[in-house]
Amino acid sequence: MRALTWHGKHDVRMDTVDDPEILNPRDAIIKVTSTAICGSDLHLYDGYIPTMQAGDILGHEFMGEVVETGPRSTLQVGQRVVVPFTIACGSCYHCGKHQFSACDNGLPADNQDIAQTAYGQPMSGLFGYSHMTGGYSGGQAEYVRVPFSDVGPIVIPDGVDDDKVLFLSDILPTGWMAAENAQIEKGDIVAVWGCGPVGLFAIQSAFLMGADRVIAIDHFPKRLELARQFGAETVNFEESKTYEALMEMTGGIGPDACIDAVGLEAHGLFVDNVIDQIKASTFLGTDRTHAIRQAIIACRKGGRVSMPAVYGGFVDKFPLGALMEKGLTLKTGQTHVQHYMPALLNAVMEDKIDTTFLISHRLPLEQAPEGYRLFHDEQNEATKIVLKAGLQMPQVA
Amino acid sequence: MAETRAFEDDAPIETSKRSEKVRLATDMLVEAKGDSLLARSVTINRDRNELYGLWRNFNNLTSFMENVEQIELIDDLRSHWVVKAPGGRTVEWTSTITEELEGELIAWASEEGADVPNSGRIEFRDAGARGTVVTATILYDPPAGVVGKLIAKMFQREPAIQARRDLRRFKQLMETGEIATGARNRRLQDEGKN
Repeated sequence: MRALTWHGKHDVRMDTVDDPEILNPRDAIIKVTSTAICGSDLHLYDGYIPTMQAGDILGHEFMGEVVETGPRSTLQVGQRVVVPFTIACGSCYHCGKHQFSACDNGLPADNQDIAQTAYGQPMSGLFGYSHMTGGYSGGQAEYVRVPFSDVGPIVIPDGVDDDKVLFLSDILPTGWMAAENAQIEKGDIVAVWGCGPVGLFAIQSAFLMGADRVIAIDHFPKRLELARQFGAETVNFEESKTYEALMEMTGGIGPDACIDAVGLEAHGLFVDNVIDQIKASTFLGTDRTHAIRQAIIACRKGGRVSMPAVYGGFVDKFPLGALMEKGLTLKTGQTHVQHYMPALLNAVMEDKIDTTFLISHRLPLEQAPEGYRLFHDEQNEATKIVLKAGLQMPQVA
Repeated sequence: MAETRAFEDDAPIETSKRSEKVRLATDMLVEAKGDSLLARSVTINRDRNELYGLWRNFNNLTSFMENVEQIELIDDLRSHWVVKAPGGRTVEWTSTITEELEGELIAWASEEGADVPNSGRIEFRDAGARGTVVTATILYDPPAGVVGKLIAKMFQREPAIQARRDLRRFKQLMETGEIATGARNRRLQDEGKN
């Protein structure tokens, strides 16, 4: 089959590799019809994520048609499914509590050691996201082996377009959980750092949960414009001082809830950011964390900070004092996708949440490397790139 | 030097920083067949008796113990083990059950002439809504002392690593009915690629 493979920093290629097979009773093989490039794929593309190996197939946002099932799969050949990016067994203690991304059994035993060393306990497996998360081949390919297919994938009704439901695989539940973790109360003012896909879905979710106002922070005009279309007020951090703006826009109080949807590759020429960047490039530190620092400083006393953004390692200059003295609540985590999929599929079917607005480019899978370059270099124009099986000619939305 | 009375805490003995204490307590726990101690616990979301039952049938152990090539049952208490060692070799021993409590505990010790003398116990304790805590405590005598242990570690056949991975595979098998693999197909799985 054809697949997008990682070979090093800024080096991804289309390769011909051998097909996936059913290995375990609960497996299914999915023929991919649509797959997206995620902002967190850019962390792999930029070489920030350790334990990658040359030839690894990327991609954790995908959907497709069931073409083969193991004896204990509950799927049927021909069904269309969206696959959650978290690989969770559904039967361990954590899955029982619907903490799917904390699943005990999604990671092969041999791959659990490094995660245990780094984080204290190993987490669930992830598709196409390094060997620390299981070394599972990802969805930017013609076919994928999907473990635990009886509890993970959600079946999509006939006649619903891929573009409408594809983002159930990651970014829509991630944006929703970000807002849920912000414990939004009716009348809240919510600030969202980063108007990428997760930030934009968090904005929609925050309003649905009763937020009175949402303030969106970014520096890409097109992304801020999208945020405005969903009713958010905007702060362009290249035009305005973010902390000062937030304080004035909230009458000197600070936002009730702050959501960091930026993560470990924060943009901007801020002093702490430049220091982080130097440290990251010299391996003295790993993460650039301007957004989360600012979110903690701006948040009102007794407020809530939600961090859907991806971080992998260690930081310093972390405003621990502000977190404690102001009595903030910090909630974070990889998304418990399986928990949110059914309700969010309903919300999409009832048109309560719009997902298709996000897609700026639709490319054939064969042009995936070009898609990575676009998404990486043209962040203003390229809001979301979807790769399609069987799409012959490049086509721009 | 002023005498300070050590506070006896509630932590498991294998986590003690005092090697003396570990040795003494371990000798009481298991018949000493070596001086390298390891202990690992895992919580499994299944009934204690179900887990005990599967483990007590030693024929089942090879399905999740990656390094064990063969276990031959001699009688109800004795079994012969063939285990992979570094450099494509194998080591063998005959093991006898020294103590057994239905649903709770199995203790064993290797007989004279073992390639790797070892002894230990596997315990099953109720953990309420979380299922059962399974703890393996193993004492062993590394084949070529410290050097052998180092070599084994390089080949990831170090017993502490293997025990942890074996217990995790046991948990996966019991909780999910299968053992997780990140491989894409049979070829990659056979090559040990995850």
